Amino acid sequence: MSTRAVTTVRLVQQHSILVLIALLVALAGLIEIIRPGAVNANWVSNILEFAAPLGILAAGQTLVVITGGIDLSVANVATAAAYIMASQAPYGVTRGIVLGLLVGVAVGLVNGVGVAVFRVQPLIMTLAMGLVVTGSLNVYSQAAIRSVPGVPAVIHAMGSATVLGYVPVSLFLWAPLAALLIVGLRSTGFGRLLYAVGDNLEATRLAGVRGWQVLLANYAACGFLSAVAGLVLAGTVNAADLSLANILLLPSVAAVVIGGTSIFGGSGTYSGTVVGALILTVLNSVLTLLDVPDAVKQILYGAIIVLLAAAYTRVLSPE
Amino acid sequence: MAADPKDTPVTDSAGLLEASGLVKHFGPVVALRSADLRVRGGEIHALMGANGAGKSTLVKILTGALTADAGTITLGGRTRSFHTTSEARKAGLVCVYQDPSLLPDLTVLQNLKLTATPLSTFKRYLVELGLEGFDLQTMPRELARPTLSLLDLARALAIEPQLLLLDEITASLPADLTVRVFNVARQLRAEGRSVIFISHRLAEVSALCDRATVLRDGKTVGVVEPAQGGEERIVKLMLGPVADLVAAEAASPTAPATGAVAVEVRNLKAGTLNDVTFTLRFGEVLGVAALEGQGQQELFDCLAGVRRPEAGQIVVGGKARTFRHPADAIRAGMVLIPADRLQALLRQRSVRENIALPLVSRFSRWGPINPRREKRQVEKAVKRLQIDTRVQSEVRRLSGGNQQKVGIARWLVGGFQTLLCFDPTRGIDIGTKRQIYGLVKELAANGSAVLLFTSELPEIQLACNRVMVLFGGNLVDEMPAAEADEQALLRAAHGLPAEADVEREA
Repeated sequence: MSTRAVTTVRLVQQHSILVLIALLVALAGLIEIIRPGAVNANWVSNILEFAAPLGILAAGQTLVVITGGIDLSVANVATAAAYIMASQAPYGVTRGIVLGLLVGVAVGLVNGVGVAVFRVQPLIMTLAMGLVVTGSLNVYSQAAIRSVPGVPAVIHAMGSATVLGYVPVSLFLWAPLAALLIVGLRSTGFGRLLYAVGDNLEATRLAGVRGWQVLLANYAACGFLSAVAGLVLAGTVNAADLSLANILLLPSVAAVVIGGTSIFGGSGTYSGTVVGALILTVLNSVLTLLDVPDAVKQILYGAIIVLLAAAYTRVLSPE
Repeated sequence: MAADPKDTPVTDSAGLLEASGLVKHFGPVVALRSADLRVRGGEIHALMGANGAGKSTLVKILTGALTADAGTITLGGRTRSFHTTSEARKAGLVCVYQDPSLLPDLTVLQNLKLTATPLSTFKRYLVELGLEGFDLQTMPRELARPTLSLLDLARALAIEPQLLLLDEITASLPADLTVRVFNVARQLRAEGRSVIFISHRLAEVSALCDRATVLRDGKTVGVVEPAQGGEERIVKLMLGPVADLVAAEAASPTAPATGAVAVEVRNLKAGTLNDVTFTLRFGEVLGVAALEGQGQQELFDCLAGVRRPEAGQIVVGGKARTFRHPADAIRAGMVLIPADRLQALLRQRSVRENIALPLVSRFSRWGPINPRREKRQVEKAVKRLQIDTRVQSEVRRLSGGNQQKVGIARWLVGGFQTLLCFDPTRGIDIGTKRQIYGLVKELAANGSAVLLFTSELPEIQLACNRVMVLFGGNLVDEMPAAEADEQALLRAAHGLPAEADVEREA
């Protein structure tokens, strides 16, 4: 490789987030070309509103992937949290929200115990828990509720209202959460340990880290974030049915991968995931604008993920 | 560079391999600037150099695993440029590496078939390496590392190479097996074939090799005859201007210390380890000498909380302790430096995060990190160990010696009372070795206790005050470092009574 090419590769490696942002801007430019005037404040507001639930769901996923795991129950947890919140809201909105979030933490803890204590493969553990959650939710819906519950007004506002005309309310939840995660991963002991555990569990053990504590807390955090995402999504679409968040499972993983977090653990950032979630949302907007049939959408979606993943292994990891 | 004018007696003085002016870049990093290597027929030729001097790159170019950017290679008078290792193999050039290369889940026989190895010659060399009656249906997975190395060697020998490269094969071999490898190498020399021998152990090089080519910073800096008192010259060439500096750090063996008791081990039993009792004091470096698999691994694992003993007591600070997790041992002040540095390091993470890991390991430290305090502590440790931090974004890019230093620096930051070093200098160049031993002695002088196992017996005297010898899981001998020369240790490590002991008891 020539020296100049090497320098370029270095630059890309060190600032991969800039490349992702450039991709995001290019996609927006594409929309503007297809339909001049389409990219305006209203469009940006819409993108942010739809990206928020995905971004929060992918936040939990990011934490788990950094430790070298994966959580395939995030969408089921989000759905269950939203459904329970909505069905319990008639007895008090606060009660509904708290119960919904508790469901997330509880499922996360079970995942954590399975992975951290009983050493079940994360993929298997969370896939199985996802099934258990969905099954339980079906039983619950038949036993307790007669009709599909409505979403309380405050949740609806949280998911879809705007202030000052353009700023989505959900951004006031997502932005601080993102800041907390970005700073927390970089400069708290817990954040450091997530990377360390994902890089080399045996090494952390020799350094005196009790890895099960880290993993247990991490899966619980992921469950909690999934539940939050479920509540926001219920507000955005103003409904809480039994398959609410299911379509977001693969995008939650895709956002993490596009954002540059290694699926093998030990590296990655939440800022990357945020841009990943925005790229996926804008991509969806492009395809909708082009009136692309769902089947073609899926093909393009899959192809783009494969291309990006290949780009990461070829360009971004030197070995 | 000028070759040594004096010729060693060799059966055939014609050049078998001539590599000259080899250059190799990896991006902006220059691995080889100008490497020359001339190997005669019927010669055992050492290739020496500190970590990062370019030895591995040169070997890879010779065997066709890498292609040089510039320079020429001639083999048997013909200019060659190998693009794959199988091309080199066909030309009679084979390399045996430090890490075993047999596929673990195929039987040895299937492995041999896979590489089209002639069975009859393979079996003949097995016998010469002392593995007669070896069952070829064995799975490599079930074999010990030294055996795997010998099998690799036999497989390479089976194709009757003209030039055999041994890349640190003795690093994982106990002394008795090293002798067998030497015998085979000498036999090849007698048959007019050549061997390139790479090892960090100077004693091995001077015992075995006719000449040594020394690399430093990707350049050939000299060709030396190690047998004729050339050892010091090799060290000086390898280290360049820093040689005198590190030589000063490695002083003579020190007297036994008389500090307070740091650790008392009573009747410890675990796996191979069988009923071992000893005391480790503050202010001393206690050496452990043993051949492969005499219970030393179990001893260190128990002390570091990696493994639970089956019986016996570990008394620290006057209290019997039960370590359920390394965290318990660390809290009691006992920290482990393992032989395999990658076992302890976060390869993708930065030097800073690796060194600061003990600062965040406990649940109570999960909160915000004080970046200034952390930076100060890490920088202090980096400076003290002279860690080369030019590539600090990922620990995997550091050289082996610097990686091991990072593993030690971690505990300078984390704090400890007793340092358990398990073969800390395996595969590390002599300059870094001396630095590490210098540090170990300095730590002991400042009041820490150090338990040190090394597979390289001559190094015991470099660092220790006192030595104990393990054999068959038992403590068979103990002596002050002054008496612990290689010969005395070898006798004891093989379970033979020491001459000095016999005299003392009489």
